[in-house]
Amino acid sequence: MSSLTFDSRRRRATDRVMRGLLLAATGLALVPLVLVIWFLLQKGLGAWSWEFFTTDPTGNFLGDQGGVKSAILGTIEMVALAAAVAIPFGWAVALYLVEYGRRGRFGAAVRYFVDVMTGVPSIVFGLFVYITLVVSGWGGSSFAGWKGSVALALLMLPVVTRSAEVVLQLVPDALREAAMALGTPRWRVILKVVLPTALPGLITGSLLAVARAAGETAPLLFTATLVQGTTFDLGQRMNSLPVQIFNDVSSPNDDIVQRAWGAALALVTLILLTTLVARLASRRSRLS
Amino acid sequence: MTNPTTLLMDDVKTSEPPAEQAPRATTVEREAPGIAVHDLHAHYGANHAIKGVTIDYAPNRVTAMIGPSGCGKSTVLRCLNRMHEEIPGARAEGRVLLDEQDVYGDGVDVVAVRRAIGMVFQKPNPFPTMSIFDNVAAGLRLNGIKGVNLQERVEQSLRGAGLWDEVKDRLGQPGIGLSGGQQQRLCIARTIAVEPEVILMDEPCSALDPIATLKVEELIDELKQRFTIVIVTHNMQQAARVADTTAFFLLGELVEHAPTERVFTNPSDERTEQYVTGKFG
Amino acid sequence: MAATATTDARGDRSILERSPSARRADPLFRGVLTALAGLVLALIAFFFIFLLRKAEPAFSHQGVVSFLTTNDWNPSKDIFGAWPLVAGTLITAVIALGIGVPIAVATALYVTELCPRRARGPLVVLVELLAAVPSVVYGLWGVFILIPKLKPAEQWFADTFDFLPLVGGTVAGPNYFIAGLILAIMILPIVSAISREVIATVPADLKEASLALGATRWEMLRMAVLPYSRAGITGAAMLGLGRAIGETIAVTLVIGNSPVLGHTIFDQGYTLAAVIANEFGEAASDKLHAGALIAAGLVLFLLTLLVNAVARWLVHRAEVKAVGTPAPAEPVTVAA
Repeated sequence: MSSLTFDSRRRRATDRVMRGLLLAATGLALVPLVLVIWFLLQKGLGAWSWEFFTTDPTGNFLGDQGGVKSAILGTIEMVALAAAVAIPFGWAVALYLVEYGRRGRFGAAVRYFVDVMTGVPSIVFGLFVYITLVVSGWGGSSFAGWKGSVALALLMLPVVTRSAEVVLQLVPDALREAAMALGTPRWRVILKVVLPTALPGLITGSLLAVARAAGETAPLLFTATLVQGTTFDLGQRMNSLPVQIFNDVSSPNDDIVQRAWGAALALVTLILLTTLVARLASRRSRLS
Repeated sequence: MTNPTTLLMDDVKTSEPPAEQAPRATTVEREAPGIAVHDLHAHYGANHAIKGVTIDYAPNRVTAMIGPSGCGKSTVLRCLNRMHEEIPGARAEGRVLLDEQDVYGDGVDVVAVRRAIGMVFQKPNPFPTMSIFDNVAAGLRLNGIKGVNLQERVEQSLRGAGLWDEVKDRLGQPGIGLSGGQQQRLCIARTIAVEPEVILMDEPCSALDPIATLKVEELIDELKQRFTIVIVTHNMQQAARVADTTAFFLLGELVEHAPTERVFTNPSDERTEQYVTGKFG
Repeated sequence: MAATATTDARGDRSILERSPSARRADPLFRGVLTALAGLVLALIAFFFIFLLRKAEPAFSHQGVVSFLTTNDWNPSKDIFGAWPLVAGTLITAVIALGIGVPIAVATALYVTELCPRRARGPLVVLVELLAAVPSVVYGLWGVFILIPKLKPAEQWFADTFDFLPLVGGTVAGPNYFIAGLILAIMILPIVSAISREVIATVPADLKEASLALGATRWEMLRMAVLPYSRAGITGAAMLGLGRAIGETIAVTLVIGNSPVLGHTIFDQGYTLAAVIANEFGEAASDKLHAGALIAAGLVLFLLTLLVNAVARWLVHRAEVKAVGTPAPAEPVTVAA
């Protein structure tokens, strides 16, 4: 019996130690988050000013460096265009997979390759657009904002499709049956019953994809590249926050580096706001 | 071995059961057609589930289909409005005549069939994103039916489902906010709003409490004045309460179809007797 | 003609029929969706073929095997031995997995099994927030905070443990280790999220059985939960690996971008992804150089395809075992 108690004590000690370790590991996982946010705020807030948001980067090394207006606008423009393409496309593919493609090889193949696409590094998408659209000078100039959007859309597509598929599958079959039993054609059942029911979840997934696309640098490096001026012409080179930051990081000029911190804070704020809106949208979901 | 079905079919008329055996006097508000089924077969993949069923559902009457689990009664029901074939790998053959027209005929559109033959399901399934009003109107809107005064039709349907007084002040509220029994009556209102000829009910009360069940059963009694009703139920007392004629199924075949009272008090087939006396379930 | 119950008022069409235009809508709708789904397949095939074609000049110049194994990346001399890049990619990935996976799994275990119910939600959100930080911001933070602040500790480690292989020497500012560390942080959310899902599917009666035998909580986790989730967690780790291999921007900012293979983990290095980002500007006009970079991209593409295929298969198998039918994996959105 005494060996039983001794064992017990040792085992209990091990239990406590391991549980402590797991807790510590969880805390450790959060340390970088805290540190990143801390330094972002500490170094980035100082860069924020009226000029920061309203002037374009000048590209000067000395003197006035300007702000990041064109970068912010460029990000918004390019991501908006990418979303306008990728979201409907993604929803359509997801609808196919859930409504018509649940069985059969074609559906399985599409599902598999969409999965595959989620793992492709973003720089490969940029590379692909570079080879096909930029080098060939498609549509006039070589680098262009819309080409950056294409790369971003390719990036967003699998993410939107997968999350949409998950949400659409949550719509109970009983609803589809009820609508069909009323004598509704299939396409109307999908558009008027399935889609509206799934809409909050679909929006959440899409907004999360948008948040991700907003932060991407690599696909834009050789498609839209870096440019100083603000432009609303997506047919020209366009600036963007991630590329601007990337460019400024290596600068020996401390002011430019500080501007990079400010831009980074702006970018993260943008992303967090989008994520927040996405999560709020899912609260309104009436599924599960 | 004689087929008990053909023996019994001689007894059952195809239009009305003998007047003296009809449980209540029926006033017919609107003449609905009956359904005549000839030699219906249904498969789930390789599984031959329904084996040559021939049965008549009398117009403006309630026909109950009873039988143990897996006997095929729900499958037969779903073959009537061609919902059975929506299941992957499932198919059905035979003739199902709605007022002389074969529902499985060439050139017949499945979607139109379902407009003529409506269905109420076991678990109430109002559309979660729609209000009470929109739920009832859903069938009309989804099918793009025009030229109908929606307000009128919705009120009529809700009255017809016995729900109007309870919800008339909150038509804009979500349909899923109602109690289970109310939701089922909402689904019934939704079904009758498109003015079908026949209403199919698949165990409509099995998810409801006894009071709600009673209300729905009273409703069924009223509805038969305007529609032909076919109801699947596993509850024999319910069949006895609501149905004019009752059909007993076993292992994918129709065993006996007769006026309800006879099925329960003096069935012709021994298997029916064993089932209704509870020897097997 | 008078209307009967089953013909409409005009009598010329049975109510069991619809107008031809109405009947066309369904097949048309289905056709459009099918076409779009097929477009996805076409796109991927297109990708692959294009990459292959453009990489071809480099492969024929250098030879495929030589491209992968020669330890000499020297674009100015038209030598494209990508071994330093491949090695760099693998080294940083291994470091990332070594640091990131244990912490991610520990976090997943803690959140799913041990932490108080009310803390669960917020903790999950916090870990997911790590994914909201874009790659370039991690790079920025890495360059100005992580590198200078960790350098003394790294040097101490290099000096104290220089008997270990790959450890020792002078610590360069940007190096493999820092890159691996940042990658670990970046893969944490996805490995943790999938591990969480996998751990959550461990059947309750399995856990209860071990607890009923008198096991402590930790023993229950070790005996029941971890073995059961092994395949799924491996899958999660491989997804993290896929991420780590493909990560470009953060890595290129903190690895030093030296085309010479380092000797220790504290040396500067290079990865396949980083070389593409870095050298693309100058390679634009040089077809051979550009082809080599595209070849690097192709290798990257294939590597991630392979890793992800294996990963998804492992996770899928774990889910099927647990539930009977697989649930579609929730995509974790992470910025690169």
